[in-house]
Amino acid sequence: MTQRYVFVLAMLLTLVGSALFVYKWQVLGFPLSENQEISVWTIESSISFESGPGSIKVNLHIPTLTPGFRTLNENSVSRGYGFSLNYGSGGREAQWAIRRADGRQTIYYRITVYEDEGSEQADTTPPFPPPPAINEPFRTAVDVIVAEVREHSADTASFTTELLRRLNDPSPDPNAELLLSDVESGVDFVDVATTMLAAARIPARMVRGFELSGRQRNADLAPWLEVHDGDRWRFFDPTTGEENLPDRFFIWWRGNEQLVNVDGGSDVEVDFAIQEAHLDAIGIAKSQAAKSGATMFDFSLYSLPIQTQAVYAVLLMIPIGAFVMVVMRNIVGIDAFGTFMPVLIALAFRETKLVWGIVLFSVLIALGLSIRFLLERLRLLLVPRLSAVLIVVVLLMLLISLVSHKMGMETGLSVALFPMVIIAMTIERMSVVWEEKGAVDALRAGGGSLLVATIAYIFMDQGWLEHLVFTFPELLLIVLALVLLAGRYTGYRLLELGRFKALTNS
Amino acid sequence: MFGTARKLREAGVLGLNERNAEFIMRLNPRRLYPRVDDKALTKKLALEAGMPVPDLYGIIDNQGDIRRFAEIVADHESFVVKPAQGSGGEGILVITGRSKRKRDSFRLSSGVVITEDEIAHHISNIVSGQYSLSGTLDKAMIEYCVHFDPIFAEVSYQGVPDIRVIVYRGYPTMAMVRLPTRASDGKANLHQGAVGAGVDIARGVTLTGVLKNDLVEEHPDTGALIAGLEIPQWDFILESAARGYEVTGLGYLGVDMVIDADRGPLILEMNARPGLNIQIANGTGLSKRISRIDELYDAGATPAERAAIARREFSVDRQLQML
Repeated sequence: MTQRYVFVLAMLLTLVGSALFVYKWQVLGFPLSENQEISVWTIESSISFESGPGSIKVNLHIPTLTPGFRTLNENSVSRGYGFSLNYGSGGREAQWAIRRADGRQTIYYRITVYEDEGSEQADTTPPFPPPPAINEPFRTAVDVIVAEVREHSADTASFTTELLRRLNDPSPDPNAELLLSDVESGVDFVDVATTMLAAARIPARMVRGFELSGRQRNADLAPWLEVHDGDRWRFFDPTTGEENLPDRFFIWWRGNEQLVNVDGGSDVEVDFAIQEAHLDAIGIAKSQAAKSGATMFDFSLYSLPIQTQAVYAVLLMIPIGAFVMVVMRNIVGIDAFGTFMPVLIALAFRETKLVWGIVLFSVLIALGLSIRFLLERLRLLLVPRLSAVLIVVVLLMLLISLVSHKMGMETGLSVALFPMVIIAMTIERMSVVWEEKGAVDALRAGGGSLLVATIAYIFMDQGWLEHLVFTFPELLLIVLALVLLAGRYTGYRLLELGRFKALTNS
Repeated sequence: MFGTARKLREAGVLGLNERNAEFIMRLNPRRLYPRVDDKALTKKLALEAGMPVPDLYGIIDNQGDIRRFAEIVADHESFVVKPAQGSGGEGILVITGRSKRKRDSFRLSSGVVITEDEIAHHISNIVSGQYSLSGTLDKAMIEYCVHFDPIFAEVSYQGVPDIRVIVYRGYPTMAMVRLPTRASDGKANLHQGAVGAGVDIARGVTLTGVLKNDLVEEHPDTGALIAGLEIPQWDFILESAARGYEVTGLGYLGVDMVIDADRGPLILEMNARPGLNIQIANGTGLSKRISRIDELYDAGATPAERAAIARREFSVDRQLQML
């Protein structure tokens, strides 16, 4: 019965722990490993213009759907302007307005984004476009090309590719040449391609954006072609006809409208500056959580003051040490002094590092023991004797620190980090065992303690584990579940296999 | 590794984890522990139940009473000083006599002479809790020093040879004789180097001995054969052990007895967490006997009936049949 309760409880704890863990990891984007840095790009568009005499209204297309990227934050800097966000046919538009302004004005819009492969944003499925109104002789040219391309293609994608290939042909056929006669820029070219796709009743639109890389000033917006195949939008390189979207292509806006429209101003200049920065993933998860209103972050350790965080980074490793302790004692069966003494020693090892930790611990215990044996002759009562041992331990720590400092070994100073009360109790218990059961038993239990402490330390010193437990404290629920299960482990301890070996032959 | 575990399982060997989780935690409610952890209380309960125990000369339960020590032992040549809540035989002084020259000097079982002051210091340590299981204040008991029956004289090196019977739900389950050696410093604890010898429950005859984890035919110090010793009043020993269940209420119990030359078997102490070495001493596991008892369990059976069932079920011949 108890067995079942323990199993159910352990299952529940594991379930809750893993659910929280997966949620924080997958949804909130808490990083699994330490120092996981993510590139973030800040794209700043500055719009400057000469103000006219009357009121001024500035409309700027800003990013709406950005596949492959997520927005970290965005803001606008514009002194004295009223600001609003609108949804137009091409996506979001930022609008600044002011009653009157003097001289040359500059308005900034800034957006910070980071790459996220999985960022798929739902886009609308467009209706079939109406047949475009085109004048002769262009009309015939369009019809001829569309008919020919349709002959040589199977579906929307291959149609687009074939169309772009024909339009890009270095020696175009007369129809294409006619259509492209007015084309002066890439934008015009994509415009023509969109019109022809519309003639074939294929929804298509121009997208414009940048390939983000490092630091760029005066970044140019490149036109790209987006075609809907009835199921989803697909991207085509207008210069080659290949279906692709370059890595880190950040889409600023869609459609063939002007990027910026300034009412009441003249001599408009738009400039884009791109800057790359590295932010640690925690920071991103943090602001992402803040944006989505997830309270999970409020309850994470990262919301605590830094000093407190440092304390918890250490404290949270104690359960790991305790788990190692459970395994070593109940499943392996190693003898050790005190229930948690090895865990606390392991904690001190974090500061002293392993080799020095073992040396200092052994020296301290050896010196303490010899003085304890001297005390034995004084026949002191229990509590005064324990206190005497404690004082001796403190003095020994001081002595070790001073001597090692004089000898230029600064590691010796870290002896002060050993839990002195625990050491004093260990010395006392070891001396009692020594007297009553002999040196062998005492040394074996002492060595067992050191061994368990070492193993616990090796686990507690793992940076990735510390990060994991600190970022996902709910994992400790799983550790708790494991400890509960170990509490109902009724199988043999590993060392019992040797102990009872003689009985296997009977 | 798993092969060994499987073989042990087949041999019915009980492991520490299983003992703790399945028997001690289930059958030994913690509130009953004082009945065995406090030997003064054990003695009182055992006396009330009519079980034989060594006479109690006096109890010293505070530092001020230590001066009463001389008064308590005034009429006794030999006696034992022990902590009421000690474990593993620690903190026990066995005084076998007084020094001929000085009345206030005593001779320990090892032959060493000890002064009254030293004994007083030892009592003071006991009272302040040095030997108590939990480190809390303790009582020092001063009681009758057992004059051992010569039955085990040949196979003991000084110290206190005793008989340990494991009693499961009131049924004697397994027994062994613990024989002190020079290495165990006169103590009867197996992990301190005493020899353990299994006992055929049916006949009360010792089997081969075990030292640490090895089989031994002879006592390492005296060279005498260990097997084949017939324990006197075996019936009475088994019945007394079975009665320990009524006295303590503990379903998984170790009863330690000694045989006094004059007074016969006496109960020294009882243990709520008896060790598992008894399996090595008997060359067989506890689990099979435990499940047999579960089959035969009868809540109304008297200690004598339960002892009789144990004798019937757990003979060595029967063990061979089971294998």
